[in-house]
Amino acid sequence: MISIKELEMKKIKDLEAQYPFVLSFFENNKLNVDGFKDSTFIEYLNHFTEEEIEEWAIDVPKISSDLEAYINQMLEFLGLEKDNVDSITILAGRDKYGNKENFEELTINKSEIVSIVGPTGSGKSRLLADIEWAANGDTPTGRTILINGEKPDYSMRFSTSNKLVAQLSQNMNFIMDLTVKEFLELHAKSRMVENEQEVVLKIVEAANELAGEKFNLNTPVTGLSGGQSRALMIADTAILSTSPIVLIDEIENAGIDRKRALNLLVNEEKIVLMATHDPSLALMADKRIVIKNGGIYKVNETGSKEKEVLKELEKMDKTINTMRAKLRNGETIN
Amino acid sequence: MNLVIISGPPSSGKTSVILKTIEAIKKRSINAGVVKFDCLYTDDDILYEKAGIPVRKGLSGSLCPDHFFASNIEEVVKWGNKEGLDLLITESAGLCNRCSPYLNGIKAICVIDNLSGINTPKKIGPMLKTADIIVITKGDIVSQAEREVFASRVNSVNPKAVIMSVNGLTGQGAFELSTLIYDENANIETVKGSELKFPMPSAMCSYCLGETRIGEEYQMGNVRKMYIGEENDKH
Repeated sequence: MISIKELEMKKIKDLEAQYPFVLSFFENNKLNVDGFKDSTFIEYLNHFTEEEIEEWAIDVPKISSDLEAYINQMLEFLGLEKDNVDSITILAGRDKYGNKENFEELTINKSEIVSIVGPTGSGKSRLLADIEWAANGDTPTGRTILINGEKPDYSMRFSTSNKLVAQLSQNMNFIMDLTVKEFLELHAKSRMVENEQEVVLKIVEAANELAGEKFNLNTPVTGLSGGQSRALMIADTAILSTSPIVLIDEIENAGIDRKRALNLLVNEEKIVLMATHDPSLALMADKRIVIKNGGIYKVNETGSKEKEVLKELEKMDKTINTMRAKLRNGETIN
Repeated sequence: MNLVIISGPPSSGKTSVILKTIEAIKKRSINAGVVKFDCLYTDDDILYEKAGIPVRKGLSGSLCPDHFFASNIEEVVKWGNKEGLDLLITESAGLCNRCSPYLNGIKAICVIDNLSGINTPKKIGPMLKTADIIVITKGDIVSQAEREVFASRVNSVNPKAVIMSVNGLTGQGAFELSTLIYDENANIETVKGSELKFPMPSAMCSYCLGETRIGEEYQMGNVRKMYIGEENDKH
C-alpha cells in the first residue's frame, strides 16, 4: 500500500518506473507530465495556475487521492493469485408467483456447458444477473449463488477488474475504429498481460479456426462479417477475459463453427452458460436448465438418445452450411 | 427523504435506468419521485407519469442547465418533502461536460454508455470524476472486450466510484443499483447551504450577454483564443 504522502514526494520518473500503469492514469486524466520527470508529484500538481485549474476543471486534491486509490487497486490486482473459480452452485429460490423452484441445488463445474431454454421473457436475464451479482438471497428470486461451494467475498460485486461473468450476445457489435491487431492490443493492455504480441496472435489464430472466412491482423474490426465478429469475440473472451463464467445468448448458425467455439471456451476452463432457442446448441450442452415463470422449472441431463439426435441435427446444419457456401460461390444445385 | 442526483450525457439512458431502478425499489414500499431537468424539450415526464411516479420537470431554456439546476434544487427538495417522498431522484443531462450538478454529501450517480466511445471518460469532467456511482449502459450491444476496456478507463479517471452495468431495456443490474441508492438513516430536509462538489466556471463573455456579431472588436470579458499555428497540438 502506498499513501498520498509518499506518493506526492516521489519524483514522477520514479513513479513511472516503479508503477508502469500510472502512465494510463496520467493519460486518461490528461495529466501531461512531459518536462516534469524530475519533479516530485506534488511539485507537478502545484505548477497548475488558478486559470488552468478553472479552464480544465482540475481538482488537485482529488488527483492525489485518486492516484493513491488507483495504484493500490492495481497493486492488489497484480498481486492477486487469480481466484480460481472451479464451480458455481445455484441454490433454489422462487419463481415470479412465489412458488419454490423445482430443484434444490445445481452445481456447474469449470469446462462444463449448461444450456438455458425457455420462452422469451421467462427469466433468463434474471438468472444471469443473479449469477453475476452472486445473489445471496437478496435478489427478487431469493436464489443464492455459491462459488466453489462457499459464499464469496461480496466486495467483488463492485470490482471492475474481477467480474465473474463475461457476456456474448447476438446483438453485440464492434464499434471502435481500430484494426484487429490494435483492438486486441488495447484489450490486452487493459488486462495488463505481459506477453501481449503472443496473446494477440493466439487469439487471431483461434478466431480464424472458428470463422468460415479468414481475416488478418490489419482488417478493421468494424469490417468483419457477422461470423468473423462472433469468432473474434469468442476467441477474445476465451483467451483474454479474466471472467471465469461466460454467458452466451444464442450463437447464430452462420459463418462460425459453433462446436469448435464451445470447445475453445471449455479448453480455456470457462464455465459456459448458453441461452438458446436452437435445438442443436441446446443439446451440445451437458445439462439444460428449463425456465418457466421466472423460475427454474427443470434441470435435464442430455441423454444418450438426445446425443444421437444431436448427430442428426449436426448433419442437417452441415447440409445447410454446404448449401450456403455453394450458392455463394455461384454454383447451382441440381 | 433521500436525495440522489443523477446526471450523464444526453441519450446515455438515464431515464431508462431510473425507471427500472424505481420499479425494483417500489417493491420495498419506498415511495420514489423524480424531477427531470432538461434544456429545450423533454417528454420523459410522461414516461414517469405512466409508471405512476410523481414527477416534475424544469426546462432551462436559454440558461446553462447546470446553473439552472443550482438555482432550483432547493425548491425541488422542498417539493419532494411536501409530497412525502422517501426518495427523490433528480435527473439532468450534462451538456458541455465541463460541470456537474453534484452537491457535497448527496449521492451522485453518473450514467454513461458504452456506445459513446472509449475516449469518453477523458472527455467528461467532474460529472464523471466526482460521481459516487457510475452506471454504464448499452453493454448488450458492444463486445465483451470493449466493455472491459471502457470500464477500466472509467476506473482510471474515478478509481473510488462504484462502477456497475445496467441494461436499460431488460433492467439487468437495476435491482442491484436499487440496493445502493436508498439509505434508511439518511434524511435530507433541505439543501440550503449545501455546496456544489465542483465550482462552475466564471465564464462571462459578450456572447453570454446577447452579442451576435463575429469579430475581435465585439469580444469582451472572458474570451479565449485557439492556438492555430505550429503550437496547435500543444494546447
